[in-house]
Amino acid sequence: MTDAIDVRGLTRTFKARRRSGEVRALQGVDLTVHRGECFGLLGPNGAGKSTLIKILTTLLLPTSGRALVTGYDVATEPFQVRRRINLVSGGDSSGYGVLTVRETLHLFSQFYGVPGPVARRRAEELMQVTGLAEKADQKLSSLSTGMRQKLNFARGFMSDPEVIFLDEPTLGLDVEASRDVRAFIARWVRERPDRTVLLTTHYMMEADELCGRVAIIDHGRILALDTPTALKRTLPAEPVFEFQVSATGQDLDRLRGIAGVRSMSHHAHPATGAVQLRVVVDEDDVIGEVLGRLKGLERSVLHLTKMEPTLETVFIHHVGRGLTDEEEERDGA
Amino acid sequence: MAPDPGMLDPGLRQKLGMNLAAVFARASVRVKASFRESSWVIGETVFPFLAMSAFVLVYRGLHAPREYEGFVVLGGAMIAYWNNVIWGMASQFFWEREQGQLQLYLITPVSRMSILIGMALGGIAMTTTRAVAILTGGILLYHVSFPLSRALPALGLFVLTLGAAYSLGMILSSLFLLWGREVWHTAAILQEPIYLLSGFYFPVSAMGLVVAVAGSILPVTLGLDGIRQVFYGPAAHGLLPLPWIPPIQIALTLFFLYIARRMLRYMENLGKHEGRLTVRGD
Repeated sequence: MTDAIDVRGLTRTFKARRRSGEVRALQGVDLTVHRGECFGLLGPNGAGKSTLIKILTTLLLPTSGRALVTGYDVATEPFQVRRRINLVSGGDSSGYGVLTVRETLHLFSQFYGVPGPVARRRAEELMQVTGLAEKADQKLSSLSTGMRQKLNFARGFMSDPEVIFLDEPTLGLDVEASRDVRAFIARWVRERPDRTVLLTTHYMMEADELCGRVAIIDHGRILALDTPTALKRTLPAEPVFEFQVSATGQDLDRLRGIAGVRSMSHHAHPATGAVQLRVVVDEDDVIGEVLGRLKGLERSVLHLTKMEPTLETVFIHHVGRGLTDEEEERDGA
Repeated sequence: MAPDPGMLDPGLRQKLGMNLAAVFARASVRVKASFRESSWVIGETVFPFLAMSAFVLVYRGLHAPREYEGFVVLGGAMIAYWNNVIWGMASQFFWEREQGQLQLYLITPVSRMSILIGMALGGIAMTTTRAVAILTGGILLYHVSFPLSRALPALGLFVLTLGAAYSLGMILSSLFLLWGREVWHTAAILQEPIYLLSGFYFPVSAMGLVVAVAGSILPVTLGLDGIRQVFYGPAAHGLLPLPWIPPIQIALTLFFLYIARRMLRYMENLGKHEGRLTVRGD
C-alpha cells in the first residue's frame, strides 16, 4: 500500500514583495506520512507549514522536488489527488449566508460526487458530533463565528476523504468547542484506520494528544520528526524543578552557588505576587540542598513540581523560541 | 510508487455524474438565494425599472413611435441579465477568494467549468424572475405590446443570446480569478459605456455602422437587436440582417466557451505558480 503522503526534496520559493530576490518558504523538505496516521506539523508563523499544505492540496505548485498524495503526484495528477483529500483551515468559514447548515453540508458534498442519500446521512452524523444539529435549519447568516467554524470543520469530512488536511482547526474556537473538535478527530481516526490526518496546530497539547508522530518545521526545513514520546526523550535529561516561593526574603540568586545547580531563573507570578522559580539540576538529590538554602533565605516554599519534558520544551529546544513567545512578541510589536 | 490497484480512475459516466451534480448544486444556491433575499429583488427589479421608466417617458414625451417603448422594455429586461453576468457570475470567484473559500472549490475534483455553468444557470434562473417582473411592469404600466405570434422565435434568439453572454462571463470570470480588484474597477468604469454600446434603450444602429459593429462583440448587443427585429420588423432599425444573428450567436458561444476553458486553466496554473490563488486582498 502506498504512503498517504510522500514528499522528496520539496522546495518552494516566492518573489519577495517589498525587496528584490526571493523568499524560500520550503527548502528541500523530505516527509513520509503513513496511511492511518494522525501526523502533526508544528512550526512558528512563516515556518512553511501552510505552503506545504497548499502544495499537498494542489493549490500551489512546488518550485522543485516531488510530492505524492496517496501515490499521485500533486503537480501532474491533481484530479486524482483532489478526489481523495479535503482541507479545513481554522479561522475560515465556508458557505453562503442564505443557505442553512444542512444545505451547506449537502452543497459541498456534491462537488465530490457523494450520492444524495449518503450525503444526507453523513451530514446528520456530522451535525450531531459537532453540536450543529440544533442549528441544522438555520441560515448561516444567523450563526455565530464559532458555529460557522464548526460548520467549516464538518464540511471537510463530508467527502469522507482518504487524507484530510487540518490547518489550525481549533483556531479561534472556545475551550469547549476545541475539545469537541479534538474528540471528533480522535474518534474519526480510530474508527477509520485507513484514513490519514495531517494536522498543523499552534497548540502543543493538541498535537501531543492527537498525533502519533510530529514534525517540527522552521525556515522551510524539518528540524525533528518522531513520536512525541521519542522527541521528548531526545531532550537533555537534567531534571527541572519549578517552585513557587514567597515574595519576601533574601536574594534568590544566591542559589546559583549550590553545587549541582546548572541554571536557574525566577520571575514574579503576575496573579499571586509569589515568585516562580525554575531550577535545572544535575540530579534529583540536589533539590534537597536547594530547599535547605531557600529556608536559609527566609523564603517559604508554596509549591514544588518536577517538570516532565513536554512537546513545548522539545519545540523550544529545536526552534529556539516557543510559539507563545512568538505570539507575545507579535502582540507587543 | 504505484497508485493503489483498488482505486481505479472514475469512468466517464462517473465523472459526468459528479460534474452534473456540481452544476445542479451550484445553481441551486442562486435559486434559493433569489427567494430568500428580498432586498435583492428591490435592487435588481425596482431600480432598473425606474431607469427604464425614465427612457419610456422621454420617448413618450417626444412622441416617438410606440415601438421605441417596446425597445426600452426589452432593453431593461436584458440589462438584468448583463448585470448578472458581470456582477453575479464573472466576479464570483473574486468574492469567493476574498471570503477565503475559493480554495474549497479549487481542491474539489470537479471541473471549474461545471462550477461556472452552475453559477450561470442559477444566475439565469434568478435573473429571469427580475426580467419577467420588468417585462410585466412594462406591459401593465406602459401598455407596451409584443406580438405573441413572434414570441417563440424571439425566445429562441433570447436563449442563444444568453448562451453567448454567459460564455463571455466565463472568460471574464477567469480574469476576475487572478486580477480581481483591477478587473472589478475596470468593469465598474466600463459599465455605462457598455450600456451605451449595447443599445439597451435605443436601436444600436443609431450609433453608426462602425461603432455598432464594434459593440456587437458583446452578445447582448446583437441579441437585443435581433429580438427587436423579430418583434417589430423593419421598425426596429436592425443593425445586421436577422438571419445572420443566430449563427453569429452560436459561433460566439462556442468561441467564448473554448477561450473560457483555456483561460481558466491558464489562469489557475498561473495562480498556482505565483501563489496568488488563495491570497486575499490582492
